[in-house]
Amino acid sequence: MPSMKTEAVPMIAARDIRKHFHGTEVLKGVSLDIGKGEVIAVIGPSGSGKSTFLRCLNHLETIDAGSIVIEGETLVETDAAGHCRYAPEAEARRICRKMGMVFQQFNLFPHLTVLQNVIEAPLTVKGLSRDAIVPRAEELLRKVGLLAKCGAYPSQLSGGQKQRVAIARALAMEPDIMLFDEPTSALDPELTGEVLRTMRQLAEEHMTMLVVTHEMSFARDVSTEVIFMDHGEIVEARPAGEMFADPRHPRTRAFLDHML
Amino acid sequence: MDYFFQILGPLLDGTAVTLQVFLLTLVLAVPLGLALALVRVSHFRTAAGLVGGYIWLMRGTPLMLQMLFIYFALPFVPVIGVRLPDFPAAIVAFTLNYAAYFAEIFRSGIQSVGRGQYEAARVLGMSYGQTMRRIILPQVVKRILPPMSNETITLVKDTSLIYVLAMNDLLRAARGIVQRDFTTMPFVVAAAFYLIMTLVLTWGFMRLEKRYAVYED
Repeated sequence: MPSMKTEAVPMIAARDIRKHFHGTEVLKGVSLDIGKGEVIAVIGPSGSGKSTFLRCLNHLETIDAGSIVIEGETLVETDAAGHCRYAPEAEARRICRKMGMVFQQFNLFPHLTVLQNVIEAPLTVKGLSRDAIVPRAEELLRKVGLLAKCGAYPSQLSGGQKQRVAIARALAMEPDIMLFDEPTSALDPELTGEVLRTMRQLAEEHMTMLVVTHEMSFARDVSTEVIFMDHGEIVEARPAGEMFADPRHPRTRAFLDHML
Repeated sequence: MDYFFQILGPLLDGTAVTLQVFLLTLVLAVPLGLALALVRVSHFRTAAGLVGGYIWLMRGTPLMLQMLFIYFALPFVPVIGVRLPDFPAAIVAFTLNYAAYFAEIFRSGIQSVGRGQYEAARVLGMSYGQTMRRIILPQVVKRILPPMSNETITLVKDTSLIYVLAMNDLLRAARGIVQRDFTTMPFVVAAAFYLIMTLVLTWGFMRLEKRYAVYED
């Protein structure tokens, strides 16, 4: 008797994602469901494919096989014959807009001020008026503690400030899901705290988040689930508390011993 | 001194011709160069290849030869054959030639903008066109100012090549007076005129660079 319980549609449903670069298979069939409000930390050694997986979800990389469904809308699927088919370009762009992304290297627009960085996409992509978006942008900048830097250019900011602007810029598009690709890895150690605090605040507001990170304390304290990836596959996926207290797989154990 | 004012008239007339060729070429060749560069960096392989061939042709043959071809040989080419008066012929040749150089400057500028900028625009939902217009090209302007300054200064002096179509630009006007009066004074005055024009250009580009210095990449 199948369960009659109505399952909520996952925010992201990724099935059997495969991806290779120049003959090397970097993702060997990765599947993951992310529910609303979940904060998932993806950890693993460098070269394990975790960043590539994240970049596949919002179409920065093209997958070879598998399917990705975002809030019930199909970004890409693979038919029985093995042909991988993406939604048409404009459609794919619309689907991917449900996800905001924060990069390791910030990628702020250097020719625009902090405020202009935040309002650029709402203006050009959503076609909102300045009057409509500026108050909201200022609210977001206040939230990340950078309202005073409104008129500054990115080159005048510290790394931590840049990353907080990048978070505000992503939030300005009102995404349902936030993807973070090693958001603190390019920062001086003393600057990671301010970025992690902002992310923690987002998690407390029940933003759905997928975070590729080397910050074990963030994974342990903030995430609802931790995923350990190695050699292009998910080795172990467990609630954060369990994962750190009692890693089951020897590879997970070895990695955590090394990191903690 | 009287002699100076006497030759000033013809030399200023020549300067007017020089400036016309310079300004018209600039106004036409910069947008054409940008369009060529955008095709060159696009994913349309065939079109990009054709533009590559065009740039090779235009940079690989002398501007003077191109000008002579358009003025003297083009009328006899089947189908596209058209007889142009001297001034339009010069403008067409200069525009086609300089667009090729400008295209390469734009291309290098576009390709110097990192992949991260495209990715950031993409994850914010921007299309390729929006990304180019709002994110990439505004950054390109700052990066290409020094080579553009170089190229436009070269253009001022290259305008003297139109003498082969018997047009009275600044240099040809000066040479005419030198041969008539057996004095080198017109050459000195012409040199001063060229220097003033390039000085204005240099100053203009310096102002632009200062304006774009408000941000760093």
